[in-house]
Formats: sequence, structure tokens, C-alpha cells
Amino acid sequence: MLSYTEKIREIAGRLLQSGAVEMVIGFRAGTVPMMNEPHFAKTPADVQKLVWDSHCGINLANYLTDRKEKIGVLAKGCDSRNIVTHIIENKIKREQLVIIGVPCKGMVDKRKIAMKAETEITEVIEAETTITAKGHGFSKTFEKKDVLQHNCSLCIHRNPVIHDEMVAPPVVEQQGVDRYADVRSIAAMTPEQRWKYFEDLLAPCIRCYACRNACPLCYCPTCFVDESRPQWVGKSLDPSDVRTFHFLRAYHCAGRCTDCGACERACPVGINMRTFTKKLEQDCLDLFGWEVGLDPEVRPPLDVYRPQDPNDFIK
Amino acid sequence: MLNPYLPYPVRIDDIAVETEDKNLKTFKFTFLDPGDEQKFAYKAGQFAELSVTGKGEIPIGIASSPTEKGFVMFTVNRVGLVSSHMHAMKPGDVMGIRGPMGNCYPWERMQGKNVVIIGGGFAFTTLRSSIVYMLHPDNRPKFKDIHVIYGARGPGMLLYRDELAEWERRDDIHMHITVDATTDPNWKYNVGFVPAITEKKAPPAGDDTYAIICGPPIMIKFTQPVLDRLGYSHDKIIMSLENRMKCGIGMCGRCNIGKEFVCKDGPVFTLEQLNKTPREY
Amino acid sequence: MKMITINKSEWADGLQKAAQAYRLFGPVKEKEFHSFKRLQDGVLPDLACLNTRLSPKHLIYPQSEVMFDYTLDESRADHHILKEAARDDSPQAVVGIRPCDAKAFVLVRMNFDTPEYQDPYWIRAYEATTLVGLGCAAPCSSCFCTTAGCGPYHEEGLDVLLADAGNHYLAKVLTEKGAKFVAAAGWKTAAEPQAADRTIAALKQASESKITSFVQTDNLRSTETTDLHNAAFWEEVSFSCINCGTCTFSCPTCWCFDIQDENRGKAGVRMKNWDSCMYPLFTLHGTGHNPRGTKLHRVRQRFMHKLKYFVDKYDRGIHCVGCGRCVRLCPVNIDIRRVCNMMNNFAASGAACAIE
Repeated sequence: MLSYTEKIREIAGRLLQSGAVEMVIGFRAGTVPMMNEPHFAKTPADVQKLVWDSHCGINLANYLTDRKEKIGVLAKGCDSRNIVTHIIENKIKREQLVIIGVPCKGMVDKRKIAMKAETEITEVIEAETTITAKGHGFSKTFEKKDVLQHNCSLCIHRNPVIHDEMVAPPVVEQQGVDRYADVRSIAAMTPEQRWKYFEDLLAPCIRCYACRNACPLCYCPTCFVDESRPQWVGKSLDPSDVRTFHFLRAYHCAGRCTDCGACERACPVGINMRTFTKKLEQDCLDLFGWEVGLDPEVRPPLDVYRPQDPNDFIK
Repeated sequence: MLNPYLPYPVRIDDIAVETEDKNLKTFKFTFLDPGDEQKFAYKAGQFAELSVTGKGEIPIGIASSPTEKGFVMFTVNRVGLVSSHMHAMKPGDVMGIRGPMGNCYPWERMQGKNVVIIGGGFAFTTLRSSIVYMLHPDNRPKFKDIHVIYGARGPGMLLYRDELAEWERRDDIHMHITVDATTDPNWKYNVGFVPAITEKKAPPAGDDTYAIICGPPIMIKFTQPVLDRLGYSHDKIIMSLENRMKCGIGMCGRCNIGKEFVCKDGPVFTLEQLNKTPREY
Repeated sequence: MKMITINKSEWADGLQKAAQAYRLFGPVKEKEFHSFKRLQDGVLPDLACLNTRLSPKHLIYPQSEVMFDYTLDESRADHHILKEAARDDSPQAVVGIRPCDAKAFVLVRMNFDTPEYQDPYWIRAYEATTLVGLGCAAPCSSCFCTTAGCGPYHEEGLDVLLADAGNHYLAKVLTEKGAKFVAAAGWKTAAEPQAADRTIAALKQASESKITSFVQTDNLRSTETTDLHNAAFWEEVSFSCINCGTCTFSCPTCWCFDIQDENRGKAGVRMKNWDSCMYPLFTLHGTGHNPRGTKLHRVRQRFMHKLKYFVDKYDRGIHCVGCGRCVRLCPVNIDIRRVCNMMNNFAASGAACAIE
């Protein structure tokens, strides 16, 4: 993936120069290790700042919502599926976009690396399949596949599903991935265990809404947690309010979530809220044979009615 | 330590519907503890947080005048959670008032000067307080000419209509009431927008003349150039701002324009002050 | 000023004694991260912690705090009348707080303890709190305290400064509160003041030399507010922001709050909850008008408040202690150091911000 940067700059420069787009949305190098910052390029100088490596985990579809101009946007597999969803949900028009596809081998989880390091990581050097983290008197090389974001290790759509340009030939998709092992392990718990598990899971939440705001699906003008008339949810850290927020948000994403991992990546207190969305993803697969974001012509299952929809729940 | 978040308990004495659309009601309150009235000593231009338990608080300009004793009065527009709830309340109900808050109009600086009050729509509340205050026999000699330019969408949308009529009859205040438009054949006052009436009726600018403007953003936007043309200097143009507020005491952080808090350093600013600050209101 | 030697063998015992008179808090590791927690049953503060994930501001200023109780039951004489809620303002001590986090309380005090109004909740909690700080021997790469009016051994805001001198701590007792805490812990071995001062000075210098990250603030005060507000760079600075509250909630100096009523049946409470200038709702008028309606407005407000308005209002430097939490935690890597330097080096030009 390291060779992508030059190609990205070449494509971005060409699109801007030809006037095909007014801006190209990508990443620029971050100011701290294992972080890059979403960045828009409008000038040749901006284009030279575009980079690509294993720290481009933020979902760029989030930056397309309701924009009016013509945009070139870098898209990994998950980003591209969220772009499809954005097009279906009228948050951007296909004609506005030049989608620059980025075949992805997974993004690195900086928390995983931090937990395996004995000290603060001050530098990270990336090679094709490995990543070396360095700190004061410390250096350790990891196989990338061992330190991927959890969602990336389960991903079966690494290649963009929709694109106008590609920065490289497609990568080989992962085969035989057990995508729902976590869901099964939670389902196997007793209700008491499960209750405790969710209680512990959400206990650190500070309701900063980083998960919601990093999510391309969460574009409501006023989120239900912010409504005051009627007020659906209290504003304190009362556990029932915190849970209501997370449960309801997950349900709002049912059949729409691409498991891009932006929520989990953004969370400052390390909550794995994908626990919820993953279960709903599996339900949509089992009940409707649905995988989101593969076709701009097909609306998600909870958005349409078909006579053959499962209706066992109606008693 | 006094708790600045604790409202004085009050009882609603009277509720009057002000406008024909019924969206504005004037509430008269008396303090449950009569001693609290002394503690609530205020000046024209200040505001208070009206508190409804279970709903929250809203910052509202004080419409009564410090010269009126035994009650305090607020005119409330029905827009949000608290104000809508208040519109459903009845005389006798108990709620709370926290204040007074913010600064007032610059009464000391305006002593011995002409005062032009320019108001629009339902932002006339603290202007009513100011007029009643200035017209009080103890205070009237302290000011030279008083002009009032006040406009609303139509005759039925003017606040305090009985008092407006009463002031019209007096000879120590020049009233210029106007409406945007009307089909009422008996309407005997002006027709036209506030900026246009200001251009025609406002007294000439000078070191001795202050203009107080209070109204919706659109009115302020078009009135300011009129005052510029008339030669009013920006330190003589006084404006009262509104922003979303919670604490009312400069702590909760949301109502600032630059380094000034609208709730504590304002709500009254001169245009000269506002020119130096981001216009985030 | 008293200087005391605490042999590390006396440490646990001293804290246990202090726990008789104080509710003790300190950094504790849970799963991945350190956070400030109540030290129950002889649990010791983990002083090897680099710094806690979130700041300890919640110990004085909880994220959610009940101010008043009331009843809506009209059969009760006091219905709809607010009464101050019961609270625990018994003495508490925060052991192992970093100098940056302690200095932050000094800045926050300017907001809550003013000549005109005093926030009784914040002030009572602050007065009940003794801050026993640990000089910071291993600053992180994202720490920039030395150019943010603070430093790894900065004393302002602390009641006791501890310095780790190998087999013992040197405790510099800075205030009356600090003296009481040290007495409660039973630590009384006086240190030779000059030697102790020299040791602390050497530790301080060693630590400061490890700080590699800086901000420039010298021009902030003299730059015109409206010019800075109107700078073209805000579009670029704010682009990546997702308007979450991570920066403001993790910041030890951010103080903004909301007031909310919540009812359960006929009973209810009025409470203060942390709020964030990043949220659109923060400034939304009842009419729907929003003076800070775009994320550019809100990002600009956050930085202008910390690095310009505060500087102008109080003349006490920037509203930041350089702890680096927002730099480390921002999901999209917006870096206050970069923005501060952009603001400081700003020269008004023809280019203006697209949003007023």
C-alpha cells in the first residue's frame, strides 16, 4: 500500500487540473504516530500533502454528506460501500463524485500496538507486511496482520465496490473469514453474563459522541439524543441513558453499517461498540441475505417492504 | 456562599395575551417571600432566568420597570420547551426567577441626553421597562427629548397596546408607532418598516443623542446603516443582544461573542464595542 | 516551605493513615488505560502511569452533578421549589496528580470563582480537595507544558509536590492544606532543604530536557481579535473535525456546562452536565437561528477561546496547560500545537474566512 501515495497524488493532480473536481478528499500525514488527518486538496501544494499508509482508518464518506461541489474522494472497500449508501440515501449524488479506489489490506489498530509496547510509541515505520514501533529505548516489529483493526481482520470487501479510478490493481479478498465469532460468544452467554458484559462494555462511556460523529451513517440534522421536544434520552451519565444512546444508535445503523470501524477507532475510552452493530449485521445477513453497500440501485432491507420478508415476530 | 443558581420562588399573579397570534403572553409574578423582591433590585435593560421545575430555564428581558413595585413582569414568546410550558400555566402556579442578570442600558451616561428608542416585534420588553422608567416623574427631568420608534408586522402584533396609546397622548414623549402593513381603515399611525420610519422620524445625531436598538436581526441589519447615514456615532448606538444562555452568570460558556459574555458583560453593548468583536449572535 | 523525605517503605502506610481523614483518589489502571479513581481498601496510586487517559477534572467538577431537588407533587407544600441537593464535601485528596492537571484547576477557578458570582459547587469541592502532585519524570512526546505556562515540576495549584528521588520521595509542602495532608499521613522526616531543592531542580531539568514539543504564544495578545477570527486558515483547520466532544471532555481546562432538569415520577433534579462548544446545540437559539451553526464556527470558537479570548480576558497566558490529551485523543488528529502556532504567526492578509 506504500506505493499508493505517488499514484494518489498523480490522480488528484490530474483531476484538479482538468477541472473534473473542485477538491480531492484524502489524508495528510498526522502529527502523532499512527494518525493521519483527513485533508482536502485544492491546489498543487495541497496535493503534495496527500499520503497513504496503514493509518487511514477514518471513513472519508463522512466528509461527503450534503456537499454540493464536485469531489474526488479516496475510497477503501468500506468507504466505497458507505459512498454507495450515501448515494442511496441522497446525501451525495453519484455525478458529483470521482471515486478514487484504494485496494486495502487493512488498517492498523494503534491501541493494539500501544498495548504491546512497554513505553510510549514515538515513531512507527511501515514496510509492506510489517510495522515497526519505536519508543525510548524500545523497538519492536509486528506483522501487520497481527495488529489490524478488528473489523479489518474480518473484512471481505477490501476492494472498492464502486470506483472511477484505481490507485492499484485489486488485492486478493480474504477467504473463509469467521465474521461472527464474537456475536456467537455473546449469544452463548447466560442473560446475567450478557447483562454484565454490556454493563462493563459501556461503563467508560463519557458521551462525547465521537462514535456517532465519526460514523458516515449518523448525519441526522438533530440526533435523537439531542432532541428536546420531546426529550427521548437524559443527558447525564445515568447508565440507562448511556445504554439507550448506544442501543438506539446501533439500531439506526441496522442494515446500513459497513463495519468500517470508524466508531471504535474514534472512541477515546476504548469501547467496542461494534459488538452491537456486528450482531445487527449478522441478523440482516441471516434474515434478508443482505450485505450493505454493494449496489447503488438496491435499498437496505429495513428501508423497503417485500412480501417474503421474515414476519415470524408478528404474533 | 450565595447560590447563584437558586431561583427565587414566585407565584404567577396574572397572565395577559399580548398579540393576536397568541404567541406572546405577559406574566406578572409576585415573590413568595416578600423579602426576595428587595434582593431582586434591577435596572431597565437587565434580564432574568425564568425557571420551571422539570422543564428548565429561559433568559427573558425584564419588562416591568424598577419604578413599578410589588410585582415583576415578563413577556414570553412561545418558542421552546420552557416557554411553551409557561404558555400552558395558570395564575396561582409556582415557578422561579433567578436574577437580575447582565448589565442595563447606560442610564448614567444618558442623563441629560436625548434618547431614541428603536424597537421591533417582540423585542420591545426591556424597552417598555426603559420607557416606564424614564417617564416616571422622578426620572423624566433627567432626560431631554424621548423618541420611540416601534414597529411590528401588523397592529395586532404590537405589545403593550394600551400603554402605547397612553404614551401617544402624552406630550413628553414622541411616539412613532408603525406596522409593516395593515388593512385596518382606522389605523392612525405609521405604515412602513422600522428602518424607513427611523430615517424619517429619528432626531438628528449629536453628542447629546443616544439610540437604543432592540429587535430581530433583520431589523438591526437595516436600521444600522440608517443611523450611520443620520450621523449617529457608534458609541451612541446602544444594542441589546440575545444568545442561547444557561447559567446567566458568565460560567457555562455558550453565549460569548469574543471574550465578552452576552449574559454577564452584556446583554447591552455599544455598536463601537461590537465592532471589535466577532458577530456570533 | 517545608521539605519532607518520605521513604518509599513509609508510602503505603502513610496513605493508609491519610485515608482515615481523606477520601483518596489516584491513577489506577483498568484494562488499557489509567484513570483517576477512588483508592479503596489500600489500593495504591499507580505512580508509574505516564498520565491518565482523561483528566482528573471530574474529581472537582463531575461530568454530571445534581444541584437541586424538587417535587412536582402539588399536595406537598414545597412543590415546584428547588432545594439544594445533599452532597459530600468532606476532605478528599488526589495523590499522583500531574502538575499540568493541577495548574488546570487554577485556570478553571477564574471561571467559577469571580468577583461577581461564585459557583458554590465547584468552589466547595475545590476547597475540600488537597492536590498531592507527582513531578513528571517522563513527559510524553505530545506534552508541551513548558511553553503552555506550566511544566513537569510546576507548583502552581499543587498543595504538595512529590519528586521521585529513587528510594524515597521528596515532598515539597506548598500550602496549609498540603501540611495537613502530610501530617495526616504521618510523614515527618524533615529533608535538608537545600539538598532537596538541588535534587528537585536536577530532576526538573532532566525532565524538561525531554520535552520536545512547543507552542509559540508571544503574538497572540497583540493580534487583533477580528483579524484572527476572520483568518482564511479556519477552513483548512476545521475540515477534518467531526464535532465530537473528545477534545473538550478530555481537556483539564474546559469548563463549559449545560443545565438540565430530569424527573422521575413526581420527583426531579436540576443538574449541571459537561457540555461542549463542539456541539451545534450548544448555541442554538429557540428560533432555530444558530450563531455558531457550522463546524468551522465551532472549531474556531474552541481555539479562539483557549488561545485568544482567554488570553485577552485574564492576561494570564493561554487557556491550556499543554497536557497533550486532545492531541493524543482527537479521532482525526486536529493538533492544538499546530493551530496555536498558526494563530501566533498569523499576519492579516487579504484572504478572509468564508464564514463570518
